[in-house]
Amino acid sequence: MNQSSIIDIISPIMAGPSSSHTAGAVRLGLLARNVYNAKPDKITFKLYNSYALTGKGHGTDKGLLAGILGFAVDDKRIKNIFETPEAKEIDYHFEFLQDFNRHPNAVDFIFEGGLNMTISGDSVGAGEIKLRKINNFCVNLDGKYNTLLLVYEDMPGVISSVTKIIQEDNVNIASLHCDRSAKGRDASMCICIDGELSKNCLNKVSDLKDMYIVRYIKKLES
Amino acid sequence: MKHNITEFRQLYYACKEQNKKIYEIALDYEASRGENPEYKVRLQAKKSLDAMKEAITTGLKCTEPSPSGMSGDDCDKLQNSKHNFILGQTAKKIMTYALATSEQNLRMGTIVACPTAGSCGIVPAVLIAFAEDNNIKECDQINALITAGEVGRLVANKMSLAGAVGGCQAECGVASAMAAAALTQMRGGSVKQIINAVALALKNILGLTCDPVCGLVEIPCVKRNPFLAIHAVTASELAMSDIISKIPIDEVVDAMEQTGQLMSPLLKESSQGGLAKTKTAIALEKNILK
Ligand code: SF4
Repeated sequence: MNQSSIIDIISPIMAGPSSSHTAGAVRLGLLARNVYNAKPDKITFKLYNSYALTGKGHGTDKGLLAGILGFAVDDKRIKNIFETPEAKEIDYHFEFLQDFNRHPNAVDFIFEGGLNMTISGDSVGAGEIKLRKINNFCVNLDGKYNTLLLVYEDMPGVISSVTKIIQEDNVNIASLHCDRSAKGRDASMCICIDGELSKNCLNKVSDLKDMYIVRYIKKLES
Repeated sequence: MKHNITEFRQLYYACKEQNKKIYEIALDYEASRGENPEYKVRLQAKKSLDAMKEAITTGLKCTEPSPSGMSGDDCDKLQNSKHNFILGQTAKKIMTYALATSEQNLRMGTIVACPTAGSCGIVPAVLIAFAEDNNIKECDQINALITAGEVGRLVANKMSLAGAVGGCQAECGVASAMAAAALTQMRGGSVKQIINAVALALKNILGLTCDPVCGLVEIPCVKRNPFLAIHAVTASELAMSDIISKIPIDEVVDAMEQTGQLMSPLLKESSQGGLAKTKTAIALEKNILK
């Protein structure tokens, strides 16, 4: 099991009032931003359950937007984020929903633009978060590790080719998570690593046959 | 380091064997696990301490209401009250700092989640008020904060520090135990006394529910911070008198974990029971959420 560290206990330094509703929201936004990795034309935030009901009083809407804009959890601008020039530059709106099949603090980010992408995640307590779904794929991202996310055509041997390339970089794999999309023959792979992957390694992975999406998602700083 | 430290018992024996303080063993152990060398933990502790002080300074001067309008002026009332505080000036300061910090939290001001945002006033209030009144050097304040962090870490190893999982005993209760440890450390208490302060504080807070009105970290959370800050002082006073917890600390933590599991989900941050479903709370909710 992953032991927590003293640093987790005496931080983060954050904008109040709730670690799960505010800091967690910012972190979800930041991680979704790292996954999408481009400038969207439009974003829709769908907030569920407790996030929808009490999110306003807790600044969950502000936190999510702040994360998408790349603000850190302790950024003093979060309180008035809607008035910042950064926020005025993008087209966003919020929907507040109930769905008891979802986590109490769940959110969907719907990105539209050059690339359309839907990312779903939960704020699981004390500022800790999990991204659960990217488009149709189940993932398991908590922002604690640098992660390589791949979407590719499912064929035998892909996993071993990828892990071999990573091994050549002399980097340790902390965890590996695969999923197949409900329809079709697409598959996804989330590889959490200790340390950093080199450009060269990423290029080699991108050069593999039938890779649709290759994303190197940096771990969250706070 | 040879041994794993996942329980207080192991921490205690490591301190005894090596004749070291809790924060020294904690720093060694963090470093031995690879990712967090001593300087990194100390740097974070220093940053957090500075942010705690800033939150107090700002909070003391501010009377801006929270976005819900339900709170924001209690710290001001306490500061300006002229009645005679029977616990003395340091205790008054502790209560004031706890309110200052948690009111800052409501205003979306910058605070340190220690261990969580709802309980953010407890550790700083006890640590900083005592340090100011007793000229405790900054490095010793940092050592005290690391001691508190180690206490939180060992509890978090067994249970999640989230109101939604363990009730408020896991947030404000743990914060109070952490504050008791920090305070006892600054007063020169022994490892045994520190660990007993933690056990006494936790034992007395078992079963504390989380039933925030309107689902906001506001009622009862804000006022709970000064209460549990003084609770930490009581634990430290008892422990400094060599009063021990008859139930050893690790068993107390197990009991807390079990209590959290047995607690109804209606009383764990869902705002579906307790204070949150009182007549007044429902009326407030209609007013605010519309
Ligand atoms: S009552 Fe609940 S929300 Fe309030 S401080 Fe305690 S655990 Fe946090």
